[in-house]
Amino acid sequence: MRIVIVRRICQVFFLLLCVWFCVVMTLGEEWWQLRGWPVNLILELDPLVAIATMLTTKTLYAGLAWSLVTIIVTLLFGRIFCGWVCPFGTLHQFFGWLGQLGRKHRQRVDANRYRPAQVTKYFILLFFLGVAAWPFGSDRSLLTGFLDPIPFVHRSINLALLPAGEWLVGRPLSVAQRYYDGALVIGFLFLSALLANFYIPRFYCRFLCPLGALLGLFARFSLWRIAKTAPRCSGCTLCETACEGACDPAGQIRISECLACFNCLDDACSKKFLTYRIRESEAGEIKLPPEMGRRGVLAALGASILAVPLLRLNGVIGSNRHPGLVRPPGSLSEEEFLERCIKCGQCMRICPANVIVPAGLDKGIEAMWTPVMNFRIGTSGCLVNCVACGHVCPTAAIRPLTLEERRGVGRFSTRGPIRIGTAFVDRGRCLPWAMDTPCIVCEEVCPTAPKAIYVRHEYRVIHKGILDVSEKEGATLRLKGTRLVPLAYATGDYYVAPVSALDKRARIASNTADTIVVEDASKTETIAAGTRVAILVHLQLPHVDPELCIGCGTCEHECPVSGLRAIRVGAENESRNPSSSLKLAGKRG
Amino acid sequence: MSDKADNAGESYSKERRRFLLRAVQTGGLALGACLAYRWLYDPRGPQSLSRARQQLEKLPDWSLAREGASMAIVKGDNRHKTLDAAVEALGGISRFVKKGDRVLLKVNAAFATPPDLGATTHPDLVEAMVKLCLAAGASEVFVADNPINDAQTCFRLTGIGAAAEKAGARVIMPTSRSFVPFTLENGVLIRHWPLFYEPLARATKVIGLAPVKHHNRSGASMTMKNWYGLLGGRRNIFHQDINTIITELACMVRPTLVVLDGTVVMMTNGPTGGSLSDLVPAHTLIVSTDMVAADSFGATLLGRRVEDLPYLSMGEKAGCGTTNFESLGPKRLEVASA
Repeated sequence: MRIVIVRRICQVFFLLLCVWFCVVMTLGEEWWQLRGWPVNLILELDPLVAIATMLTTKTLYAGLAWSLVTIIVTLLFGRIFCGWVCPFGTLHQFFGWLGQLGRKHRQRVDANRYRPAQVTKYFILLFFLGVAAWPFGSDRSLLTGFLDPIPFVHRSINLALLPAGEWLVGRPLSVAQRYYDGALVIGFLFLSALLANFYIPRFYCRFLCPLGALLGLFARFSLWRIAKTAPRCSGCTLCETACEGACDPAGQIRISECLACFNCLDDACSKKFLTYRIRESEAGEIKLPPEMGRRGVLAALGASILAVPLLRLNGVIGSNRHPGLVRPPGSLSEEEFLERCIKCGQCMRICPANVIVPAGLDKGIEAMWTPVMNFRIGTSGCLVNCVACGHVCPTAAIRPLTLEERRGVGRFSTRGPIRIGTAFVDRGRCLPWAMDTPCIVCEEVCPTAPKAIYVRHEYRVIHKGILDVSEKEGATLRLKGTRLVPLAYATGDYYVAPVSALDKRARIASNTADTIVVEDASKTETIAAGTRVAILVHLQLPHVDPELCIGCGTCEHECPVSGLRAIRVGAENESRNPSSSLKLAGKRG
Repeated sequence: MSDKADNAGESYSKERRRFLLRAVQTGGLALGACLAYRWLYDPRGPQSLSRARQQLEKLPDWSLAREGASMAIVKGDNRHKTLDAAVEALGGISRFVKKGDRVLLKVNAAFATPPDLGATTHPDLVEAMVKLCLAAGASEVFVADNPINDAQTCFRLTGIGAAAEKAGARVIMPTSRSFVPFTLENGVLIRHWPLFYEPLARATKVIGLAPVKHHNRSGASMTMKNWYGLLGGRRNIFHQDINTIITELACMVRPTLVVLDGTVVMMTNGPTGGSLSDLVPAHTLIVSTDMVAADSFGATLLGRRVEDLPYLSMGEKAGCGTTNFESLGPKRLEVASA
């Protein structure tokens, strides 16, 4: 079998594998749902994730060690990962091939010629690594997730392509259609990256991809490489009609740009001048782009040094924290979180309640596409018996918690449950507080035991609720000059009492336009003809106990005030940020 | 010369044909545009704020109303045994489920909590009921609810999904297409409201299975309130008139049977519970054709009187059953545990 056929099979395999891993991150018992697949495998093979998090955290988290395989393969064989494995690269190659259809030989060769701008990706890489390694303090930032192709493609599939597919087919992968803030931008960037291939094949790989640049730096030392067996060839340029890396095989091959696609081997070279071997090319090699230069490298690193303070000058990690930045349970403190999160969207995809969504620009550039809770969008609040997000997170930006630790039971009982925020009642919007209307859905659905939402009772005189009794007969009070809405007070929540003794109330059983019937006539002894009475409504006023509230947002999700909810969760009191605590908790005596 | 003239004539006729063709094209498009405009012309604009949708106005009566109400109260802790004994006391399952029936078991799967915490219908009860129905010759048994927490997680964690499937039933989870707007005849609250109709549409018999739970707003959550899980939309708005909505729900569904599970009762922190300390064993299972009677008895398990739960009297007044459960002459039995 020809080597390029093997390569194509390999590419399709890894592309389907990537899509498959995203699909199976669905709760359920069907064969295409969660089954212990190594869903992070391709992210873990990505050495940029590993190296960048090593720079920010000085550690290498669990599965990221797999990326050593990629590094060693690259050191041996060149950028096999780019040409054979990377699912994003496969898509680019396919779209590039589509774009080349119908083009003449000369146009194809022109599309695949080396362009000096290909050096851009190295500057992007250096900038990202500089920001990650920032040596002047503890503020290190992980920005690779924006352009690293593996998180990019996972994010796009998880948050845009699969949900859009569900929408088109009308059949969700789980029970409910998935929703994500900002899916449009994520999908748009994905499509733009693909369409750029019509302009120049593998546009993203050649000009932007920081992982490609990183692997290029390794490939420069690779043992095997494409080489020419003679110093000069006929110059037919057939080898460049399908050159994926634009690495100039017809001239002096550019080793760091070569994607090891092998399109130039076999029949491509009319005289079989090209081969894959250990000895360097007879025509000479260019190991790294000469455009990089010392000045370019210094400029990229200099920019990264300046970028860190610029990123943090908005104060989002300090006193200007975004109050709506509620992170999933197990998320590390914000500084450490931003050192690890690669914006891959795995946590958002696996969340069974669809309550984790990508943050928008409003949470700051650094936090963009990182996981944030949106209690309006999902199928419920954050489920208190769930720890899925931390177990799928490939970089432990969200720590893998046990259920015990999350709930604060067993050996965690002294520390208590993990809190992701606190619910606050908006008394100006809450039905019982503001509108004399019974409700307490929030208290009902509060899942902690004991409930973090408790009620205080109030018997409140309703608006325009002072009336005069003209006549009393048993349990029936006739009222003077008033027109009540019939049966409006027959719901079991309303009482009548003399204005002079509001605590002597009797529950209303029924009412007409001008009469009130109470349930128990014996309770109206203090009322007679001429008594001024009040209609009272029994309200249960919800309050939040910040020591019990874990910020799960079930209350916010269920609040019947459908717009801006009357109870909302803020990041205050979250476990990961002790400085956000609300009440003094020091032990006395 | 004549050749030239002929050429000119030919090109003239070609020209004419081309002109005619284009005239027909242009004319056709213009006419088409006129017709399309005429067809879609709406001189008055929209007359209401939202499009009128088809809606449902009546659900079938699944009850055995003609046979009169009956009720059984069984003491015991093994739900398989207490359910069997109670159903037997009422004349056996074949009285309620006939051969070929498609039976809906409306469970309470509202919360994603394990069964031991008593916030949801116990899986043993679901399993026992599914087995009874299948033994009576039901062609299909399905279990449904529109829970408060994420549906899939609820059915999984409560053990209801697994129990149902193990016993041979199927779970119907709500999707956006499961709901149909419904208006209850004489209803004040349930008007144009999304109803979880998919399972109801299939059912020839409906059985409600509910635990006895403390509920701060309504006093208690039992079989009448269990129908809340058939509503969709922003149903929580109805909490501002909880007694009326429970009454309307009771009027909406005329079930074949209700089973009220007081084997263990949630006395505090309801309806979610979350701690074993919220639960007290009451060793009681009630099976009734009258849900008001069942709930009126259930209230006593929570230490409450009928007067404490206004929806009971309101339901009675609306004709959904009787609060005087003793008037049904309930069969009282006891079965040994273990």
